[in-house]
Amino acid sequence: MAEKEVMLMKGNEAIAHAAIRCGTDGYFGYPITPQSEIIETLAELKPWETTGMVVLQAESETASINMIYGGAGAGKRVLTSSSSPGIALMQEGISYMAGAELPGVFINVQRGGPGLGTIQPSQSDYFQATRGGGNGDYNVIVLAPNSVQEMADFVDLAFELAFKYRNPAMILSDGVIGQMMEKIILPPMKPRRTEEEIRKECPWAAMGRKADRNPNIITSLELKSEVMEQRNIHLQEKYKTIRENEVRYETRNCEDADYIIVSFGSAARIGEKAVELAREQGIKVGLFRPITLWPFPSKEILELAKSKKGVLVSEINAGQMVQDVRLAVNGAVPVEHFGRLGGIVPDPEEIVEALKEKLIK
Amino acid sequence: MKTEIIISGFGGQGVLSMGKILAYSGLMEDKEVTWMPAYGPEQRGGTANVTVIVSDDPVSSPILSKYDVAIVLNQPSLEKFEPKVKPGGILIYDGFGVINPPTRSDIKVYRIDAMDKAAEMKNSKVFNMIVLGGLLQVCPVVSLDGLKKALTKTLPERHHHLIPLNMEAVEEGKKIIKQL
Repeated sequence: MAEKEVMLMKGNEAIAHAAIRCGTDGYFGYPITPQSEIIETLAELKPWETTGMVVLQAESETASINMIYGGAGAGKRVLTSSSSPGIALMQEGISYMAGAELPGVFINVQRGGPGLGTIQPSQSDYFQATRGGGNGDYNVIVLAPNSVQEMADFVDLAFELAFKYRNPAMILSDGVIGQMMEKIILPPMKPRRTEEEIRKECPWAAMGRKADRNPNIITSLELKSEVMEQRNIHLQEKYKTIRENEVRYETRNCEDADYIIVSFGSAARIGEKAVELAREQGIKVGLFRPITLWPFPSKEILELAKSKKGVLVSEINAGQMVQDVRLAVNGAVPVEHFGRLGGIVPDPEEIVEALKEKLIK
Repeated sequence: MKTEIIISGFGGQGVLSMGKILAYSGLMEDKEVTWMPAYGPEQRGGTANVTVIVSDDPVSSPILSKYDVAIVLNQPSLEKFEPKVKPGGILIYDGFGVINPPTRSDIKVYRIDAMDKAAEMKNSKVFNMIVLGGLLQVCPVVSLDGLKKALTKTLPERHHHLIPLNMEAVEEGKKIIKQL
């Protein structure tokens, strides 16, 4: 029936629909602008009456993340969402999950900071998302959707990656993608996994011990430094495997381009328009969009950039991803940054102007 | 074909809903659509605006520098968006909400006395549908048929009896819009 129906909805609403459809066992969250439609839509759709998915408004973000820790520890597909200040509160839990190798999914619909900041869109949590965010040597997988369709598609993808690697995964979106409405085809319905399936897929999970095995212990604590070092080495090896296998990106109009704009998420949508406008003025520009922010497509950016005259990193922050691009390009060509701050979203013309001023002169 | 539209007015005037109905109408006609609201505190009394793009091809940026059509329902909106209409583009304003009329001569300016008409129809809630009618008269981005389908789709069934009233408001809007 309605499986293939084209619908019109907000990015936040798409996440709620997708969560139910990809067999999520539980959502735990606390409302905050600009992502409250996620929990609102879940409350409206009442999945507990259909798939049995739990939807719970926790008393705080700190509580939600620890509920995620518990759910993931039992091998369940559990999800939380928030916006920047709320995600900041969750960092302790995310670090613990990375340490205990738990597969949870977090959605950050970013707003401007620092502190409580503004409710308007921003991409200023790039460092927090890609550098770990909490304490210790760890990484979370970070996916950056640039459309309402990707908001929906990335929920299942984030779960798949999280369980494949037993690692937290984050969807890093922002107020633009969360609030805008676009056409979307919802993903097909996938049933929640049965207890038996979870036991098979997650032999590490703490879900009641049968007589045939020793207890599973879920913890990030290890007081013997020799053992802890081995654990860290294991994590680093896992991150290396992820870096080798899970890089995702997209290019547009790059073949004949003299200059490249590198942007992610909503900034990449604005960048697409900037490419159209620049080409109308006879400037040959292409767009490179990292889809995974960690692992970052460093090799791919270097490969593309070396034959070009310069790179403009356009992001809605004071210059964060530009550091990764500069590390990737390593001085081969000039790399400049353009961004607006505090909840101001740049328009496409500003980006073309920045390109001319900073690179073409 | 791509039409980039900004609709701006006071919160509560039905700016976002008008944009939503327009976007749904585009969806009904298999077009690509993007609806991007200003979602800040302006919804609760300040100036609210929404960008709607209706296109035959996929839409790139939901955030725009210039617009094909600006619909402004109050003075602050006129001042903000008159300079952002593309040369040769369309500006529609409500005669009640705007005191100092637009001054540009390189764009097509239309006035619609939608607030007065809504008062005459004794239903302030149809204000935005009158304006939408005016838009479709001078820039038929979507058909009346598509619009009717969109209303049927988006309104809950208990409100379906209001569709004829809304379509009537659209017809009135088509009649009263005038070029300056």
